Amino acid sequence: MDRVLGDKRAIILLLGPALLVYTLVMLVPIVWSTGYTFVDGNLIKGFTFVGLDNFFEFFQDSTALQAVWFTVRYAVILTILQVGLGYALSLLYVFALRRGGTFVRTIVFFPVVLPTVAVALLFRRFFEAAPTVGPVNSLLEFIGMNPIDWLGQPGASFWVIILMDLWRSMGFYAVLLYAGLLDIPDDILESARLDGAGGWRLIRTIVLPLSLPVLLSALIFSINGTLKVFDTIVALTNGGPGSTTTPLTLYMFRASFNYGEYGYGSTIAFMLTILCLVVTLFIFRSSRRDLTKG
Amino acid sequence: MTAIATTSPVPAPRRITRRSLRKLPVTLGIALLLIIEIYPIVWMVLGSFKQQDEFLSEPFWSLPRSWGFDNYISAFVDGGLGRYMLNSVIAVFPSLALIILFGVAAGFVLEVMVWKGRTGVLLLFLAGVMVPAQMLLLPLFTIYYRLHLTGTLLPLIITYTAIGLPLTVFMMATYFRSVPREIFEAAAIDGASIFRIFWSIGLPMVRNAIFTVGLVQFFFIWNDLLISLTFTNTDALRTIQVGLLNFTGQYGAVDYGPTFAGISVNVIGTLIIYLFLNQRVMRGLTAGSVKG
Repeated sequence: MDRVLGDKRAIILLLGPALLVYTLVMLVPIVWSTGYTFVDGNLIKGFTFVGLDNFFEFFQDSTALQAVWFTVRYAVILTILQVGLGYALSLLYVFALRRGGTFVRTIVFFPVVLPTVAVALLFRRFFEAAPTVGPVNSLLEFIGMNPIDWLGQPGASFWVIILMDLWRSMGFYAVLLYAGLLDIPDDILESARLDGAGGWRLIRTIVLPLSLPVLLSALIFSINGTLKVFDTIVALTNGGPGSTTTPLTLYMFRASFNYGEYGYGSTIAFMLTILCLVVTLFIFRSSRRDLTKG
Repeated sequence: MTAIATTSPVPAPRRITRRSLRKLPVTLGIALLLIIEIYPIVWMVLGSFKQQDEFLSEPFWSLPRSWGFDNYISAFVDGGLGRYMLNSVIAVFPSLALIILFGVAAGFVLEVMVWKGRTGVLLLFLAGVMVPAQMLLLPLFTIYYRLHLTGTLLPLIITYTAIGLPLTVFMMATYFRSVPREIFEAAAIDGASIFRIFWSIGLPMVRNAIFTVGLVQFFFIWNDLLISLTFTNTDALRTIQVGLLNFTGQYGAVDYGPTFAGISVNVIGTLIIYLFLNQRVMRGLTAGSVKG
């Protein structure tokens, strides 16, 4: 039996293609890209070794630091809002929705499958100020306020991006967390109710602690996705106005393909990878501590 | 839900109105939620039938004057939407087939077969889920350029296949784990070869899972912008997402109707799939995220 299930030739034949493609197209480029951080130049110009200059440049480049700040701010705010809103919705699904629950969950979930580009172009029209007045500004005018040039100012653009991502993702996080809530045994909830816990108290003392693990994985998933945001922003604001809504991913793309700076582009990509790792580890560690305490 | 139903006694008639009154805010909230989620799509479809002057002079809630397909024809004929869609199809489906073929086989080896180092290889695949795609772009661009693959859709197919593999391998390994080991062991004792075990026992048992994983990957690849933006350098190679992005760049402020038609066409495909397979899509996409 072990001879069959441990057949070396079969392992190579079945695992080989996947491992080969994965190694050549992902692992090798990751190492290669790290190597690029020490050089300057591109395919046409050729490369020269510059040591750690790219990293020094990164920390003195105000646009790069602005991109770091934007990326972190966007990821943290969106993660808190989408996991928070998703959790609120999932509680609604579990405790308040009786009939039509599946229908509501299905409808609220659907924007996640839509192409980001299509959604972003739609939202661009939705928040438009000129030449046509989009629905949002029409509503503002209707209640007697001045229309806002949403995508023309950094602050407003930021919130349009956040709103669009919330519209897309809240149903997804709701279903994700809902599945976690369903795993809480009914008898625990029932005995808590018999003991007189109800409403907020039940949620705070029983439901929330028991759903911490699934909340944690939702947080990690969300922060990892939002730190890598690209499609949304390219299609919605293209980093503008100016470079005020440019995340690291887009700045890397610009440096590499618009300006042909392979070394610097790779450095930005490298810093982004480090950022993802650090943030994920940070959430993981801090949650470990909390779990042992509670 | 069942817990609530069993603990609360059958409500007396007097309390029914109070209860439904108490539930009113929840019902209203849900109604508002559904409107917020659905309205933009309705607005998009209505917009795809409007003429240019209707956008400029009519309020946003107005219905289109006529229901002709002029905007759609214009999007396909003048905007080249057909070409973009064809490119997407050519890039997406071969990658999808390769991802499933390689990913399912690898998942089987990593979960069902017994050998040293399989945990290590699984972790290696898992690492690929974390790393941002930006780390791959420049080296891959260099490789494709040196191999003279730029100017074809091959870079897209290769890149999509590789990027889709880690999650697929991981998900398939998880699905194979839920198949009782005894089944494979019994088949091995009965003298089935490993390929026969994979083909006649393993595959049929995870058929549903393969379909789910395929759906998830389809959405990821079809909706991708970053990879196609990087590796398509001419208009003739653009996928639907890149095409649509430049579509508005070209007409932008000028031609609303065809833009809305283009967005609608792009959305409708995924929407139809979701209409028929929504429960499976929801399960698949959420399963794909609990990998942390």
